[in-house]
Amino acid sequence: MPLSAEEHKRLADKAKHIRERIVEVTERSGGGHLGGSLSQTDFLVAIYYKYAKVDPKNPRWEDRDRIVLSKGHGGLGHATILGDLGFFPDPELDKFNKTGSKFGMHLDRMKVPGVDASTGSLAHGFAIGLGMAMGAKLAGKDWHTYIVLSDGECQEGTIWEGVMAGAMFKLTNCTCIVDRNRMSLDGPTEEIMALDPLDKKFEAFGWRTIVIDGHDLNQVCDALEAARAETEKPVMIVANTVKGKGVDFMEDQPKWHYGGLDSEMAARALASLRGK
Amino acid sequence: MPIGITWTVDDADTMTANEIYGEVLTRLGDENPRILAMTADLAGSTKIGKFQKKHPERFFNFGIAETNMMGFASGMCEAGFIPVVSTFAAFAALRCAEHVRTDVAYNRRNVKIIATHSGTSFGPAGTTHHCTEDLAVMRAIATMTVIVPADAYETAKATAAVIDHDGPCYVRIGRSFEPPLWKDLNFDWEIGKAITLREGTDITVIACGPSVLHAVEAADRAERQGLKVRVLDMHTIKPIDRDAVMAAVMDTRRIVTAEDHNIVGGLGSAVAEVVAESGKGCVLRKLGVADVFSPHGAPEDLQHLHKIDADGIEETIAEVMKMDFEQDEDWEDEV
Ligand SMILES: Cc1ncc(C[n+]2csc(CCOP(=O)(O)OP(=O)(O)O)c2C)c(N)n1
Repeated sequence: MPLSAEEHKRLADKAKHIRERIVEVTERSGGGHLGGSLSQTDFLVAIYYKYAKVDPKNPRWEDRDRIVLSKGHGGLGHATILGDLGFFPDPELDKFNKTGSKFGMHLDRMKVPGVDASTGSLAHGFAIGLGMAMGAKLAGKDWHTYIVLSDGECQEGTIWEGVMAGAMFKLTNCTCIVDRNRMSLDGPTEEIMALDPLDKKFEAFGWRTIVIDGHDLNQVCDALEAARAETEKPVMIVANTVKGKGVDFMEDQPKWHYGGLDSEMAARALASLRGK
Repeated sequence: MPIGITWTVDDADTMTANEIYGEVLTRLGDENPRILAMTADLAGSTKIGKFQKKHPERFFNFGIAETNMMGFASGMCEAGFIPVVSTFAAFAALRCAEHVRTDVAYNRRNVKIIATHSGTSFGPAGTTHHCTEDLAVMRAIATMTVIVPADAYETAKATAAVIDHDGPCYVRIGRSFEPPLWKDLNFDWEIGKAITLREGTDITVIACGPSVLHAVEAADRAERQGLKVRVLDMHTIKPIDRDAVMAAVMDTRRIVTAEDHNIVGGLGSAVAEVVAESGKGCVLRKLGVADVFSPHGAPEDLQHLHKIDADGIEETIAEVMKMDFEQDEDWEDEV
């Protein structure tokens, strides 16, 4: 069902704000994982601002939903959301990457309130997140686990070990999303270690797959709701996205996987996000 | 026939350490068709991608799949190739540890691992990307040669040397922003042979990696205070240069080790084993990451925190010089 115009605007405005913050924080921190932070923003905003049961004032609330960013290098984009929600004072983000701050490039569960797994070494978060879902099932808890994967990460063998286990253990109390931006660090995934047909692979391993445009908030929300309603199989949402989404000179450019921005470039990036 | 380096890296001043390594590997690849280069979606970051440009048919990008890559490397040795595998140290040494031990080392596979972003050199990235355990892990693997070059030039020498060496090797380098120790390639460098950078009789600093340059600076500062500090560049952690360690024990009786690694299991431990087994008396202080997970931050800040910069080493030299220890009449007849 399409979102109401009002609800759509609320989420779209939030996503825009988060992207702007990603650019601002990068300018101040000296560098950031821009490409992947920008591609994951729309569905992460939908999860955090519409569905997830979390409490910024009580980050370790026992019954909260767990959210694992297995693509840990998206920490820049994750932190800007957590700051906006009030898990910590938003201005602290100015010290992103800096000595003595809470935030390294990859968010650390032992340091940053609201972070459920210390990720950054790719593919670790997937198994940790599935384990959280399995733990909830065993303990009879009704919190939900969200796991965000990158596509390059799916080249790791342990992802497929987790996919088998997720089907075997019928982990329907988690929702997994893969940020299918078709780029990793060295270039296009299909030229480095091909993943296609990615959706069919998950299906062959016993998962239900929902393929969406990861920047269309209606499709994102429909898929997240369908995943919650599913009771037979674990669900993998394959979100087709654009690396660097929203900043014209970063879109689809692997060199913007990680980069720094001087004030002039940051201004250009912000102008592009604001549609100027 | 050994290849060695018979040419100079002309534009070395404009290249970072890892780029020099990439360049050297490419040139070695020109001369030796058995050399293969492999990475896991880090061709650009490790600079092994330079080899790709020149020898695309002998370059393999496995995507983000390090353990699979290590197994492939082992298997390709069967056809006589010399695979050079490059990824971040945390993944090469920790994620792939069992593959390195069983598939590479135990099976006597001639694989060369060039691990970048080691220690706390990728400081801001945090614990997932720090690697302060790799020397301990690699040192404990039988048959493995473990090398920590002090700078880009030593990395160039080490790359050529490990290709010549028959057997598995682990070469550990940083993120490549480390300042150079040497000015060019005009120095002798041999696996297993420590380099004496400063002669001294009061105390010896044994260092590896980026700590070597800091040790030299600390020694120079201490000399202005009237101390004679010996500085050993212990670029090979295994096999450790026992003679150089024992000479330091006998000549100076005081040793400080410095490394960008946990003080458990790395250079300091290797030196301590030699000293302890000798039965000779010596004060030993190990500098490094003090068996904690390092915080994240700029590498210079972290080196300062862990006292492996010139300030920390200088301060430790002064402390160790103040330490009193039993000293009998004749050191020579001990044990
Ligand atoms: C196990 C592991 N190998 C390598 C890296 C280095 N690395 C960080 S991000 C990245 C590529 C990311 O591409 P992708 O996974 O597709 O993420 P996205 O495009 O969403 O940024 C690599 C290779 C890592 N963090 N972890």
